Amino acid sequence: MTRKITIDPITRLEGHGKIEIFLNDEGNVERAILQVPELRGFEQFAVGRPVEEMPRITPRICGVCPTAHHMAATKAADAVFHVEPTATARKIRELIYNSFFMEDHTLHFFFLGGPDFVVGPQAPAAERNILGVIGKVGLEIGGKVIHIRESVREIMSYLCGKAIHPVSGLPGGVAKGLDEEHRVRFLETAKEAVEFAEFALQIFDDVVLKNKAYVDVVVGDAYKIKTYYMGMVNAKNQVEFYDGDLRVVDPDGKEFAKFKPSDYLDHIAEHVETWTYVKFPFLKKVGWKGFVEGNDSGVYRVAPLARLNAAESMQTPRAQKHYDRMYTTLGGKPVHNTLAFHWARLIEALQAAERMVELLEDAGITGTDLRNIPTQTPTEGVGIVEAPRGVLIHHYKTDEKGLITAANLIVATIGNAAAINMSIEKAAKAFIKGGEISEGLLNMAEIAFRPYDPCHGCGTHAWPGGIPLTMNIYNRSGILIRQLRR
Amino acid sequence: MTNPKPKVAFYWCSSCGGCEESIVDLGADILKVVAAVDIVFWPVALDFKKKDVEAMPDKSIAVTFINGGIRMSEQEEMAHLLRRKSQIIIAHGACAHLGGIPGLANFWNKETIFRTVYGTTVSTDNPKGLSPQTKSIEGGYELTLPEFWDTVHPLDRVIDVDYYLPGCAPHRDLIMSAVMAILEGKLPPKGSVLAPNKSCCDNCDRNETKPEKLSIKEVKRPYEVLLDPKTCFLAQGVICMGPATRGGCGERCIEGNMPCRGCMGPTDQVYDQGAKFLSLFASILDATEEKDVERIVDSIVDPAGTFYRFSLPSSILTRKKMEAVK
Amino acid sequence: MKVKQFEPRLVGFLCNWCSYTGADLAGTARMSYAPNIRIIRVMCSGRVDPQFVLKAFHEGADGVLISGCHPGDCHYQEGNHKALRRHRLLSRVLGQFGIEKERFRLEWVSASEGVKFQQVCNDFAGKIRALGPLNFAGNGVAPHD
Repeated sequence: MTRKITIDPITRLEGHGKIEIFLNDEGNVERAILQVPELRGFEQFAVGRPVEEMPRITPRICGVCPTAHHMAATKAADAVFHVEPTATARKIRELIYNSFFMEDHTLHFFFLGGPDFVVGPQAPAAERNILGVIGKVGLEIGGKVIHIRESVREIMSYLCGKAIHPVSGLPGGVAKGLDEEHRVRFLETAKEAVEFAEFALQIFDDVVLKNKAYVDVVVGDAYKIKTYYMGMVNAKNQVEFYDGDLRVVDPDGKEFAKFKPSDYLDHIAEHVETWTYVKFPFLKKVGWKGFVEGNDSGVYRVAPLARLNAAESMQTPRAQKHYDRMYTTLGGKPVHNTLAFHWARLIEALQAAERMVELLEDAGITGTDLRNIPTQTPTEGVGIVEAPRGVLIHHYKTDEKGLITAANLIVATIGNAAAINMSIEKAAKAFIKGGEISEGLLNMAEIAFRPYDPCHGCGTHAWPGGIPLTMNIYNRSGILIRQLRR
Repeated sequence: MTNPKPKVAFYWCSSCGGCEESIVDLGADILKVVAAVDIVFWPVALDFKKKDVEAMPDKSIAVTFINGGIRMSEQEEMAHLLRRKSQIIIAHGACAHLGGIPGLANFWNKETIFRTVYGTTVSTDNPKGLSPQTKSIEGGYELTLPEFWDTVHPLDRVIDVDYYLPGCAPHRDLIMSAVMAILEGKLPPKGSVLAPNKSCCDNCDRNETKPEKLSIKEVKRPYEVLLDPKTCFLAQGVICMGPATRGGCGERCIEGNMPCRGCMGPTDQVYDQGAKFLSLFASILDATEEKDVERIVDSIVDPAGTFYRFSLPSSILTRKKMEAVK
Repeated sequence: MKVKQFEPRLVGFLCNWCSYTGADLAGTARMSYAPNIRIIRVMCSGRVDPQFVLKAFHEGADGVLISGCHPGDCHYQEGNHKALRRHRLLSRVLGQFGIEKERFRLEWVSASEGVKFQQVCNDFAGKIRALGPLNFAGNGVAPHD
């Protein structure tokens, strides 16, 4: 009778990850664990660094969402120096940020999440990637995907120097502005981005929502866990990516907490285990009860579905239409079905694109007042943004020269670390019974956590795509008796 | 009988994923690459097992791109394995080349890093004082994790490296040039850095605005002054690593109106990038009397963390003396 | 069995025109000074590349001395001014690497100051003897640490 199943490696986190599944004597799943085997120690080596350099150091936490770290660090630096960005600088930061959000989200859909649906979860692994998508939807559309990614990233590289590891954020503003010529050009790109985001939603509609088999998978129990949800909102409780308060709703959808970034420590704590290098954030006021669902467990979720659950509406009209449709289709708020993360992601991409248009239609964005020079003594500050993958918190304490004395980073994907473990375990329990293991298990595991788009998810895994999973099945004596791979 | 396509592999060590992303940034060009080579190993995308690589004949992979620094036991093992199986190893990106930003951890060690990450960070709730273990028991089963070393190393301190592709992340033109050189069999001598042997200043738009004699009266941190988008940063009193940094990166940070921080590493003739920049910067400070020298040098914050921002592990001293780490 | 006392290994970069000549003077006048110092002649204290200093410490030096002409007397006008600035900045950096500032020393010794050279060497050796060996590369530097 087999006892332990190892899936090694999976690669959707910083570097590597592996899944260990434990069976009981009946051959049913007792426990599934996702281990993250890497650490670099940014919270320690930030100490001694000038706080204004953190927007250039912290993006190296993740090369896929460097802009998120850059922005959180810049906002934390603002707070440390007790300075606000100028009005123009704020608009430019929001333009950079929404551009990044739109590009990152649509990239995930076409290169990663989407292929599962567009090509089909039963399709051979070799086809479940962007090439397969192009094969199905046509070369012209494939070209469009690559083109929109490049054009939107051009906005980011123009304003930030580089799209991978931006440079221009400073406490009190930004180093570079936008002239009229570029405003007009980028406005065209933004309008294309809106059309493209609508187009992606259309594909989702045609391929997923009109396919009963897929819809059944989406709403099925295997991929559903009931947790709290946390997301950033503006004053009107609308989904917001760059700046706002954090709102938490309970598994029934009721507001549980709403707090300012500087108060995050009253609400969020991180739990430590010995078998993984990541920590597990949880709601302090509920407490850590283990990897369990429900109102009594402090586990919460972040990222697209969580943000839509935690807010009351979107900020922009077209996105709002899709938001309404999603909740109507899936039976009201909150939606617990993990696969709905894919849908929510595309709705957010549309809002980001619409915001890009709004910002670029504002003539004030070409203003030349880019910087407020800090005058106060630096002390301590918190900067929070929504990264595509979840709430991102940068908290710095400095000495009077602005050199970091302590840093605390709660990094986006980690907000879902507990939930990912739980999703994998739930799916494993649904599909592995009586010691019977099948190829379907591999598909099942991927489907259970890819919707979270853990950091490293996007873009880096373009090609033959699909998580490379290897499953080793050992008997009681620890001898390898079967191997499934893909 | 056509020649089989060269086998190519990609691997990541202590990496952020930016170098993988830089491959995707090749955009439409990537189709050319994919058509010309046989990608046999790319853990983020392909069915990867260490066993598959172990089973490959030695030297059967034509070129392997490894990004990320070496800071954990698993990374070191994979680097050795890939070295055996590959004809050419390219250190891809600043971390593999120099150690990169995660190399700043070399001012600390495992004990201090764990104490902070799993202990003293303000949101960490760890009353039992737990920390990740290389072996732990959960549910009656043993779980393993790779070991976290005290020191980050660039790739060439661990295995023999054939070429270096510098940058954080490398510019797409440098990547495409490297790939074309491989496909056309036109690689330079072993050990070369695949980028021009000139400093950033050579190509920088602001080079002409340098005065005849650069002389800095006051050192300014970037947030302290409005940054003139057309004038050399050093002439504005702002630390810019350009003179001590290899060009070929497109000077994109300068285009973003921020000073260079040295991610491309030094030119060929230099062993220690931080020391070279220190030498230059000290010589252009405008101070002669001892007290003036003290004052201006004291105003420079975090010199080691700035001059060695990307290159600490590859520097002559490599890391802070272990016994001095607290 | 007598315990061997720690004898510091010191490296001294002496400029050709002033300090090296001053050291020669100490030698020819048969002044006895601490034999711990290994002398390397450079044309000017401004020639001392910080890389030399780092390499000395990495290769086992317990202390490094740079000695040049008095300010205003440099054969190349400003070389020693640059050496002063480099010394101060490099001392800060060495501190961040855990190397005490007493181990890196800058002195002005003219061609006629044989006595000063003797005093500097003896003083430097005494201070480093008290501080103890640096042994910089002893622990944790090589892979597989």
